[in-house]
Amino acid sequence: MIKGEKFLNPDRLPTIWCPGCGNGIVLHAAMETLEEMGCTKKDVVCISGIGCSSRSGTYTQFDQVHTLHGRAIPFATAIKLARPDKKIVVFTGDGDASAIGGNHLIHAARRNIDITVVVFNNSIYGMTGGQVSPLTGPNKKGTTARFGNFENQFDFVKLCIGTGATYIARTGSYFYRNMKKYMTKGFSRKGFSLIEIITQCPVYYGRLNGTPDAYKMMMQQKELLLAQSKYDALSEEEKASFLPMGEFIEDNQQLSYIEKREQLLKKVRES
Amino acid sequence: MSKHKEILQGAEACVKGAIKAGIGFFAGYPITPSTEIAELFSTELAREEEIFIQMEDEIASITAIIGASLAGKKSMTATSGPGFSLMQEGLGYATIAEVPIVVVNVQRGGPSTGLPTKVSQGDVMQSRWGSHGDHPVIVLSPSSVQELYEMTIQAFNLAEKYRNPVVILTTETVVHMREKVEIDSQQEVEIVNRLLPTFKPGDSYLPYGKFSDDVPIMGNVGDGLGTSVTGLIHMENGFQSADYEVADRLVRRIHRKIEKHASDLFDVEILNPDAETMFISYGVASRTVKSLIYSDHPEIGLVRPKTLFPIDPKKIQDATKNAKQIIVTELNLGQYFYEMQRILPNKKIHLIEKIGGELIPPKEMLRRIEELHD
Repeated sequence: MIKGEKFLNPDRLPTIWCPGCGNGIVLHAAMETLEEMGCTKKDVVCISGIGCSSRSGTYTQFDQVHTLHGRAIPFATAIKLARPDKKIVVFTGDGDASAIGGNHLIHAARRNIDITVVVFNNSIYGMTGGQVSPLTGPNKKGTTARFGNFENQFDFVKLCIGTGATYIARTGSYFYRNMKKYMTKGFSRKGFSLIEIITQCPVYYGRLNGTPDAYKMMMQQKELLLAQSKYDALSEEEKASFLPMGEFIEDNQQLSYIEKREQLLKKVRES
Repeated sequence: MSKHKEILQGAEACVKGAIKAGIGFFAGYPITPSTEIAELFSTELAREEEIFIQMEDEIASITAIIGASLAGKKSMTATSGPGFSLMQEGLGYATIAEVPIVVVNVQRGGPSTGLPTKVSQGDVMQSRWGSHGDHPVIVLSPSSVQELYEMTIQAFNLAEKYRNPVVILTTETVVHMREKVEIDSQQEVEIVNRLLPTFKPGDSYLPYGKFSDDVPIMGNVGDGLGTSVTGLIHMENGFQSADYEVADRLVRRIHRKIEKHASDLFDVEILNPDAETMFISYGVASRTVKSLIYSDHPEIGLVRPKTLFPIDPKKIQDATKNAKQIIVTELNLGQYFYEMQRILPNKKIHLIEKIGGELIPPKEMLRRIEELHD
C-alpha cells in the first residue's frame, strides 16, 4: 500500500479530476504527511468548500464536511472550537479562498484560529469550466476574459501577512518534498497556518493559455517559483516574472485562539 | 413543582431558554434589533464555559453554527432583516445535510436596510421559502416574552429531534419588551438530545443509513466514525450523487420527516371559538386581537398559530368553520393571508394589515373592522 493510501476511501475513487490535474499530487502529499506524523483516522477532520480541490476531503476516510462555496473556514473555525482535540485541515481552491471566501480567510488568520488551510492555487475556476479567478495573472485568458485578464492579481502570502497569520508558506505541486515539509509544520502547530500550493490545471487554464500539458505546466513552476532569498535579490523589474516560495512567516510565540480562549475562561472562572 | 417569576426582556428570556435547552455554541454578528441576544450570550456562555464567537458576517455566523452542531454542540444564531437574507444559503445547507440548528430572526421593517429599529412581520414567506430548492421548515412565532422563553427551548428540542433548522420568527417588539416570565424548575422541562449511533462489534456505519422515524442517526463530526457531510445530494454514506433516484428519495424523505408530524408541530391557540368574527393572527400582531377579546368583545375570536410552518390545514379549517367573518391581521402587506386563502378556498377572508413599523392599536382595529362593511 502506498503511504497515505490508508486514509483514502476506495469506494469513492476515481476522483472527478481531469487527467494531468495537480490536485491528486497535493492530496497525496497531505495523506502521506498525516500518515508519517502517526495520525489515525480519528485525529483529523477535513473541511472543504466548493470547487475541484474542495472535493479532496470527500475522498478520504476522515470525518469530513464538504461545505458551501467559500465557507469552509467558518465551518472549520467552529469545529475546532467544538473539538479542540482534532487536527482541522481545510482544503480549498484559489477562487473559494480568495474571492467568495476571502473575508472568512482574513478573519480566521486575524484570529489565529488553530486550523491549517491548504490552498490549491491553479489560477482558474476549474469546476465551472475555466473562468478567471482573483489569482489569474495579468493578460492570462479565461472563459470570462477571452481578450486577456486586466484585473490585478491577489497574493495569498501578502494578504495573510497583513492579517496576522502565524504560519505562511508557498510552494508548488512540482516541489513534493517542500509540500510535505510545510504540511508537517502546518498540521502540527497551533494557530492559523496557510499553505499555498501552485498546481496545474492543464485542461482549462492550460488550454486557454497555450500549455495544455501537465508536464509542461509543472516545468513552468520551476521557472516561476523562486526561493525567497533569490527572489529578494532581484530588482523590482525582474521580480515581475517570478513568485517567491518558501516559508514567509513562522511565529510560534503568539498564543493561538484556542489558547487565548482558555485564558479567558480562566479569568472568568476566577472573577 | 417550583416556578419562579422574573421580569425579563425578550432577549434575556431567549438566552435563558437556550441555556436551559443546553446550548453549547452561539455565533453571531451585530445587527439591530437582535444584537442584545449576542451581547448576553457573550457573557453567559463564558460563565457556562460554552462557546460564543462573534463572526465576521451573518454568512459566517450560520455556517459556524452548522459546523459546531455537526461536531455535537447545540447551536444557535440570532439575526434580523438583511442578516436573515444572508443566512438563507446556510439554512438550505443545514436542511439537506440534516444539521440541528436554531436561528432567531428578530423581524424589523424591510425591504433591505429598511426600518432597523421598528417592528414588522415581513419575513414570514422568507422564513418559509427564503432558501432555494424544495425544503422543509419549522417556524415558531412567539407573541410574548414568556413564549419566547418557552419556544427557545422547544426550538432546540425540535431541531435535535428532527435534525432540521428551526427558525424562531420573532419581532423587535417581543425581543425588546419586558414582561413577567415564569421560569420552570429543571425537572419540569423536557430536553431532547439528538440520537447518536450505537455499535455492536462488526457493525458498519453509514451517516445517512440508519433512521428513527425518517431522521438519520448520525455520528458527530470529530468522533472519527467516518461521518461524511455535504450540501450536494448524497447517498447513505454521505458521498455526493447525481442519481435521479437518490435525489428523489432524499428530498422526499427530508420533507416527509417534518410533514408527517405537521399535526403535532402545528400548535394553535384558540380564543372564543364560537365568535362570529374569527381573527387569524400570530406573534405580536395577535396581541391587539387579544386585548380586544379581554376588553369585553365577545363577538371576536382568535385563531393564533404558534407554529407558522408546517401548517396543519385541518386545525385552521375546524377553528373557522362556523365563523361569519374571517380576518387575517399581520404586520405586512399580506403574507400568511395568502396561506390562509389557500387552505380556506371557500371562505371570504379579509386582511387588516399594517406596515411602517407600528402595531395596530385596539381602537384602530375596531375602526378597521367597521370599515370592512362599508
